[in-house]
Amino acid sequence: MTTQPKAASRSTRREFLKSAGSVGAVALTIGFEWAGATRRTFAGPIAPSAGAAFAPNAFLRIGSDDSVTVIAKHVEMGQGAYTGIATVLAEELDADWTQVRVESAPADAARYANLAFGKIQGTGGSSAMANSWMQLREAGGKARVMLLTAAAKQWKVPLAELTVEQGTVYHAGSKRQAKFGALVATAATLPVPEAVILKDPKDFKLIGHHAPRVDASAKSDGTAQFTLDVMLPGMLVALLKRPPLFGATVKSFDATAAGAVPGVVKVVQVPRGVAVVAKGFWAAKQGRDALQIEWDDSKAEKRSSSAIMEEYRRLADQPALSARKEGDAAKAIQSAARKLSASYEFPYLAHAPMEPLDAVVKLSANSCEIWAGDQFQTIDQANAAHTAGLEPQQVSIHTLYAGGSFGRRANPGSDYIVEAVSIAKAFGADGTPIKLQWTREDDIHGGLYRPMYFHKLEAGLNAGGEITGWRHVIVGQSIVADTAFAGLIKDGIDATSVEGAANIAYAIPNIAVDLSTTKTGVPVLWWRVVGSSHTAFAVETFIDEAAHAAGQDGFTFRRKLLDRHPRMKAVLELAADKAGWSTPLPPGKGRGIAVAEAFKSFVAQVAEVSVGKDGQIKVDRVVCAVDCGTPINPDIIAAQMEGGIGFGLGAVLYGAITLKDGRIEQDNFNGYRVLRMNEMPKVEVHIVPSTEPPTGVGEPGVAPLGPAVANAIFAATGKRIHVLPFSSAGAA
Amino acid sequence: MSTSFSLNGKSTTLDADPNMPLLWAVREVAGLTGTKFGCGMALCGACTVHLDGKAIRSCVTPLSTVAGRKVTTIEGLAGKPAKAVQAAWVKLQVPQCGYCQSGQIMSATALLESNSAPTDADIDSAMSGNICRCATYSRIRAAIHAAADAVKV
Repeated sequence: MTTQPKAASRSTRREFLKSAGSVGAVALTIGFEWAGATRRTFAGPIAPSAGAAFAPNAFLRIGSDDSVTVIAKHVEMGQGAYTGIATVLAEELDADWTQVRVESAPADAARYANLAFGKIQGTGGSSAMANSWMQLREAGGKARVMLLTAAAKQWKVPLAELTVEQGTVYHAGSKRQAKFGALVATAATLPVPEAVILKDPKDFKLIGHHAPRVDASAKSDGTAQFTLDVMLPGMLVALLKRPPLFGATVKSFDATAAGAVPGVVKVVQVPRGVAVVAKGFWAAKQGRDALQIEWDDSKAEKRSSSAIMEEYRRLADQPALSARKEGDAAKAIQSAARKLSASYEFPYLAHAPMEPLDAVVKLSANSCEIWAGDQFQTIDQANAAHTAGLEPQQVSIHTLYAGGSFGRRANPGSDYIVEAVSIAKAFGADGTPIKLQWTREDDIHGGLYRPMYFHKLEAGLNAGGEITGWRHVIVGQSIVADTAFAGLIKDGIDATSVEGAANIAYAIPNIAVDLSTTKTGVPVLWWRVVGSSHTAFAVETFIDEAAHAAGQDGFTFRRKLLDRHPRMKAVLELAADKAGWSTPLPPGKGRGIAVAEAFKSFVAQVAEVSVGKDGQIKVDRVVCAVDCGTPINPDIIAAQMEGGIGFGLGAVLYGAITLKDGRIEQDNFNGYRVLRMNEMPKVEVHIVPSTEPPTGVGEPGVAPLGPAVANAIFAATGKRIHVLPFSSAGAA
Repeated sequence: MSTSFSLNGKSTTLDADPNMPLLWAVREVAGLTGTKFGCGMALCGACTVHLDGKAIRSCVTPLSTVAGRKVTTIEGLAGKPAKAVQAAWVKLQVPQCGYCQSGQIMSATALLESNSAPTDADIDSAMSGNICRCATYSRIRAAIHAAADAVKV
């Protein structure tokens, strides 16, 4: 039986985007579906590499030694993409999981485009499994048919009499069997079938079962290779001194002292600052510390974040663009029996992946070779080529394990890649490999933050406690404006600013969601779960206020409003049930619930908090229910929910990047606090069984965590949180 | 200027600036890249190694201070607690991005070597200096308990 993915639950926002020219004049045309993929194509075969006997398509190589190498077009940054990709392909191939290994694909959009992005190779929007699903099933299934056909040919038996299990083909009649390796020479001579019958999901042996991570061992013995670990003959290390204010430039510099540091090879000026190139990190660091630079800050952003937020508060009362309008919300609220209003303030957030950004570049007159935990291969290739004065096809990328990203490495301007290439160019483009290494301070000061936002919400309730009107105003910067992704802005509305708010699922007759897009000199970027990192908090805590005003509990109130959204309702019910929603808690404890849809996955969470004698909040437990379509690897789904909860909790408790007269006030993990071991709650994850097409799990787990905890704090203390992080209000 | 010490059980002499943090000496001079750079200020624990059996942050430890002493990195981990910790890490599928895990494993091993049956509070106190941005903390905790149980057997 052939399984086909069902059509997406609602129309996709397919856009064709053109570079706005401000990201290094890269003329990319990007076909992009923000919320996931439905389109399917099949990539052509790759040339078999040395020793490979059978490479029927771009994603698979089977060796005569029985090894099965799956080629991953997506970066592995912790989200489990390598394992998920291999699971899907190996399932239809009926491979022996112990023989499966994963290799990263080269940068080549013709073969390795993210089908959710159209023509570009890249990872993001929790789309890796969704866009690979049918592509890799077909890749595996067709290869399996070819191996079976090879066995039929070798043994001169009918194809229909053959079976395959865990990398071995069997012919029961003649009691013959052969491992894949013994069949690859014949299989390689056969044509690739036009079509293949895929497995019935009930026959899955790996999908939905336990396939251990392919990277767990290497990541437990220090052998996993990150960009930090790239050591090439003659390689030098560069540190770049960037301006202290966003938008400032170098006026003049004195490299005398830096050049005198032993080990420093050269000091070069590049568009983003002055780089010290040295024989190793320590020399480069000392050299950079010794640099004397005078900055021109005449065009720099010099405001404080508090002043920017003050402007946002004013803008919330000014006319804005409509992102959704149904009925007449203003009128409904005006005539309501009970009116509610609240505002929410969200700070800039840094991604702060554990591996500070780094890239190795080997640049010569006609080629540029890059090593990086690369998340946006096609865009990085184009930006690197533009910087180097080469053609994109002259740029090759070795994608390595990324030590976290959370969105940071997927940036339209390819900041860290462009810096590394510009340094290699200024150094002389003589083929010397140069590793650009950011420090943690560079990372915290480095911009491309989750934008700051101000939200204002109003609701009206009738005498029966039903919401009759809902008005939501969002004020903040656009993530995609002036980038190659600007086509995501439609009629002035950046879809990433309003997702999670404009598509609010609750049945409310009159809804108005407005957006006021601001401009500041602070560069911004998507951050894990993107728009829902703030919209879910505003929507899910305000709906909780409405429930309280209606005299109902948060679960029952939400549930009644979700009849038209069965999958959202189901995760809400599952989380509430598993958490024992209706069982009482002892005094000093509180329970809160929240639900969100993000990247077509549905997640509900129930948080339990304790309030200490000093008022300190401790999150004890989070029960999470997730519906991500067909669960490919349940243990990785659970891990992503656990991780999303910890990541989200650190952010709502402590996360804030603030500016004082344009200067970033945090430097490292002391000022920019993240979650630590002693603060991690107990987490239980429940996965909804499903045969829908798979959707993402890397990001959605973050969305409901903040509001679930805030609602639990309200239940425990009677206090609502309207300013993030909680620590700014003394609640953490 | 050279500094001599024991690195993963081998006498080693590194010719480097004595003020160079041990992290960079181990990575760039000795060529052992399992130990990671995360913050440079002993705030995140990614650079954790053992100095005479105790977990230390190599990013703030000058090379000169290890002269004549024993340094163990992830590459040199040996012994029952260490192997139990690494096996538990794989069994419980702890790593996500994996970048911090060398440091986590070094801290966890040092904990088990001094305390064969750590409580949750012991784990909090030994491990709270090691940041994991993927927030694999629940699994780290479970893996330490599992490793402690395995060592006891």
